[in-house]
Amino acid sequence: MKALDLKLMRDFQRLWVQGVAIDVVLACGVAILLTAFGMHRALVDTRDAYYERNRFADIFAEARRAPLSLLEEIRAIPGLRMLEARVQGMAVLDLPDRDAVAMGRLLAWPEDGAPLLNLPILRSGTPPERPGEVMISDAFAKANGFVPGDVFSANINGKARDLTITGTAVSPEFIYTIGPGALMPDNAGFGILWLTQADIASAFDMVGAFNHLALRLGIDAVPADVIEALDQLLDPYGGRGAYGRDSQISDAFVAAEIDQLRAMAMVVPPVFFAIAAFLVGMVMSRIVTLERAEIGLLKALGYGDGQIALHYLLLAGMIAGLGVALGWVAGSILARAMAGQYAQFFDFPYLIFHVPGWVYAMSALAGLASTLVGALRAALIAARLPPAIAMQPPAPPVFRKTGIDRAMAALRLRQTTTMVLRSLIRWPLRSALTAVGLGAATASVIAAGFMFGALDRIIDLAFNQTYRQDAAILLSAELPISALVDIRRLPGVMQAEAQQFHPATLRRGPREKRVSIEARPYGAELSRVIGADGTAIEPPPGGILLSDRLAAQLEAGVGDRLWVSFHTGQRETHEMVVAGLIEQYFGLGAYVEMGHLDQLFRRSPQMSVANILYDPAMLPDLQRALHATPLLGGVIEMTENRQSFQETISENVVVVNGVYAVIAVLITIGVAYNAARIQLSERARELASLRIIGFSRAEVSLVLIGETMLIALVAQPLGWLMGALIAAALARGFSSDIYAIPLVLAPADFARASLVVLGASLASVLIVRRRIDRMDLVAVMKTRE
Amino acid sequence: MCCQAYWHRVAPGLTGVNRRGRPAPSLRHVKPSRGTLCQSGKVMTNTHPIVFRTEGLSKVYETGTLKVHALAGVDLQLYGGEFTVLLGPSGSGKSTLLNILGGLDHASAGRVWFRDLELTGLSERALTRYRRGHVGFVFQFYNLVASLSARENVQLVTDVAIDPMAPDEALDRVGLSPRADHFPAELSGGEQQRVAIARAIAKRPEVLLCDEPTGALDSKTGTAVLDALKQINETMGTTTVVITHNAAIRGMAHRVIRFADGKIADVTVNQTRLAPQDISW
Repeated sequence: MKALDLKLMRDFQRLWVQGVAIDVVLACGVAILLTAFGMHRALVDTRDAYYERNRFADIFAEARRAPLSLLEEIRAIPGLRMLEARVQGMAVLDLPDRDAVAMGRLLAWPEDGAPLLNLPILRSGTPPERPGEVMISDAFAKANGFVPGDVFSANINGKARDLTITGTAVSPEFIYTIGPGALMPDNAGFGILWLTQADIASAFDMVGAFNHLALRLGIDAVPADVIEALDQLLDPYGGRGAYGRDSQISDAFVAAEIDQLRAMAMVVPPVFFAIAAFLVGMVMSRIVTLERAEIGLLKALGYGDGQIALHYLLLAGMIAGLGVALGWVAGSILARAMAGQYAQFFDFPYLIFHVPGWVYAMSALAGLASTLVGALRAALIAARLPPAIAMQPPAPPVFRKTGIDRAMAALRLRQTTTMVLRSLIRWPLRSALTAVGLGAATASVIAAGFMFGALDRIIDLAFNQTYRQDAAILLSAELPISALVDIRRLPGVMQAEAQQFHPATLRRGPREKRVSIEARPYGAELSRVIGADGTAIEPPPGGILLSDRLAAQLEAGVGDRLWVSFHTGQRETHEMVVAGLIEQYFGLGAYVEMGHLDQLFRRSPQMSVANILYDPAMLPDLQRALHATPLLGGVIEMTENRQSFQETISENVVVVNGVYAVIAVLITIGVAYNAARIQLSERARELASLRIIGFSRAEVSLVLIGETMLIALVAQPLGWLMGALIAAALARGFSSDIYAIPLVLAPADFARASLVVLGASLASVLIVRRRIDRMDLVAVMKTRE
Repeated sequence: MCCQAYWHRVAPGLTGVNRRGRPAPSLRHVKPSRGTLCQSGKVMTNTHPIVFRTEGLSKVYETGTLKVHALAGVDLQLYGGEFTVLLGPSGSGKSTLLNILGGLDHASAGRVWFRDLELTGLSERALTRYRRGHVGFVFQFYNLVASLSARENVQLVTDVAIDPMAPDEALDRVGLSPRADHFPAELSGGEQQRVAIARAIAKRPEVLLCDEPTGALDSKTGTAVLDALKQINETMGTTTVVITHNAAIRGMAHRVIRFADGKIADVTVNQTRLAPQDISW
């Protein structure tokens, strides 16, 4: 091995602590890049393969009851490749070990084999063959401990029936399964049930008819045209508006997750790479300063400028190599952990988890490039250093009296304090860069922690202010509002309010969006709409309230007019005025006043949902009564939703954010430790001189600690700003049709971030301080700088 | 003696082919010029080539508003195989001259030749090639790379030189073979300086430029270092220039050039040279 390479190796060994401090940061960037891109790839690949192999439909449509003879006409729509009509419906389930009402979505299983589209994959047993047999979704079976052969009871269209489980399956239609009206998935309380076509058709009085269509298009088809044609054909039969995959709930959730991963891959790793580059620059500049004489010597011996620059770039490259290796290992572990998380939320039959080689290559390249960029300045300085100058000790830095000095003199500061202040002022660029580094650490704590505040806000807004009911009772058909009287009579019910849901399409100019409009009576107390100012607002008659994200998609503002095409009832289209915008984190909500809507529909007051408050002590009685209630479509337990939401947060978000917080601390240590080490090496002689003159260890340490902590303090406001910007970028990246993450940053978040960074800075500088205690005064003074 | 050694060593290079039979491009344009004087202790003959020649060499350092004339018009010739001592107080321009001769620094004015290669105006790249091919340096503070052992420090040179000797041979010449695997921190000052000399000679340089080689050493270890330099000069015929503050060392030189205020104050030729053992301070 060449001597210069040996020097490289030994330098690297000597610098390993500083190198590792940098590598931890670099590894974070590489690992997150690898995980986010890898999981992004895995989700996309898995989804695409699953959809392709199991023929996931492109277009979906629902109708109240359409004759099978209509299929001839539908088949004639240009661009159509495959078509499948089926009967589906909802049922209230009475499960053996469950008091609460469970709900099931019933789907027809064709007698003549498997479905053509949205083909489920059998996980156990067989598909249903006879009436009374049912195949259930795998997650529902697992959550309830069902195995083929088990029997449970279901209230299907008003008739209680016993169903025997023949098998379990997963379906591309239900990768993410969420019950109607629920905010969180509940595998135990909501399941997918496949019954034979004949069974379900007779149960719902749908013999010779269908109410659900799935279509697969040819490559040259224009989805919008197909949807248009389909809507026209289905309109007389109670069509509810055809929609593409983007409005299919399961696919929308998977797509949102994929977008989130991409956002994470785009926003987070660059922050780490920038910090790593900065740290490398800081350390390499110092090394070049320290090795000034050696650089001069190497040049005197005949080494060229290029070789010298390469030597230092290689040192940075070795740091990068270790960082990338660490990142790959951490990334692989993290990716596996994340794959586990996905298995929890998404029901994929398999996960094509293969991080492509180019992702590894790209992460390595990004890591290497950022370190080399960081080291470039130092390497160029080394290359340009004239040999004759290099071998002489550097001239003492020029200090001049300025106004600040006069101010310091007027303040009668101690000499050690003056030393601290002067060095900050004399090297403003370096001080500023260190401050930026420490600011980045603060920013990363803020960016990591903002999710906590955001989720608190989501929970508060959703459960404490908006959905204040204990449960929502879904009716299987619209009933006159007088049904509320019966509901109020149910055991334990203390308060009940009516509500309606209407699938509708909102149009404004060329923009349209398919949403579910919520209608509630004026003055509703249980389910409310909360305005941007935090108070409940009521949609005025003729007006509609839109969530701000929906308004943005429609490019609508307050006062604008929308065409609202209802897919229910008489399927009318009405013009409505946007009366206000509300901030909302779940879904794309639209709200109207119920009384006005009934007037618009020219009908007596109706309801499809009853929101109730109940006495928890009476819950078992209530649940028994509900099971026996005819026309019950289902029950949404808000308490359960709240619990499930909070559990999800504690399980996942806390873990993920805990990891981020640890990373943030590591960044701080990386920056503060390196900054203090560099300061010590620059000031070793000065500090030793002070000790020799008679300053105590504590006084001398104060110079070192003072400078680092002063920079750390100055860095905080900068860190707050950067943190807020990163958090905003993350919040934007995480938002989708399904949910939005609010940017909630409380003073406590900033304070906590600053405390963490200041604490870690102090700890780092104290570690370095121990070197002052061990400093051999005589040796330091003898060393030639 | 010195002439013989000189021709024995340099001739292959001058034919454009080094001893390993490889072309030596950096040597091609460097031909010995005949001097009028050769100094071999007693007599100067015109058989000794001029190795270095300067004409009106000046160097001005500018630090802020201050201008320092480190060299103020130096005309000098140094001959093949000669052992020259440059004497003079701090700031008299000795180190500046040595740096310019060694291709570490550029002159502000005047011209300097190594044989018939004019160093003034050479690019950094060409100067690097020149240093790599022809010059060995020894510095006051040894300038060993702390993370490399004695042998590896020498290897630093042999890795890039055109026709180097083995690192162990170089260490052997300064009597340090037994300490080859020690790191600088494990060597005494004298030993470190001898490693530096081994490193300088390992490339078989034509010139050895030593800036205060004994400046950081006591008399005893300093003597050992001087002895090593003398051995190299005599056995390898290396043109050797030694800067020193130490007037005692002048006795071992062929020629002593005294500097003052950036100029040559006087030149003395030693009719009889002292052996390093006879020198002390």
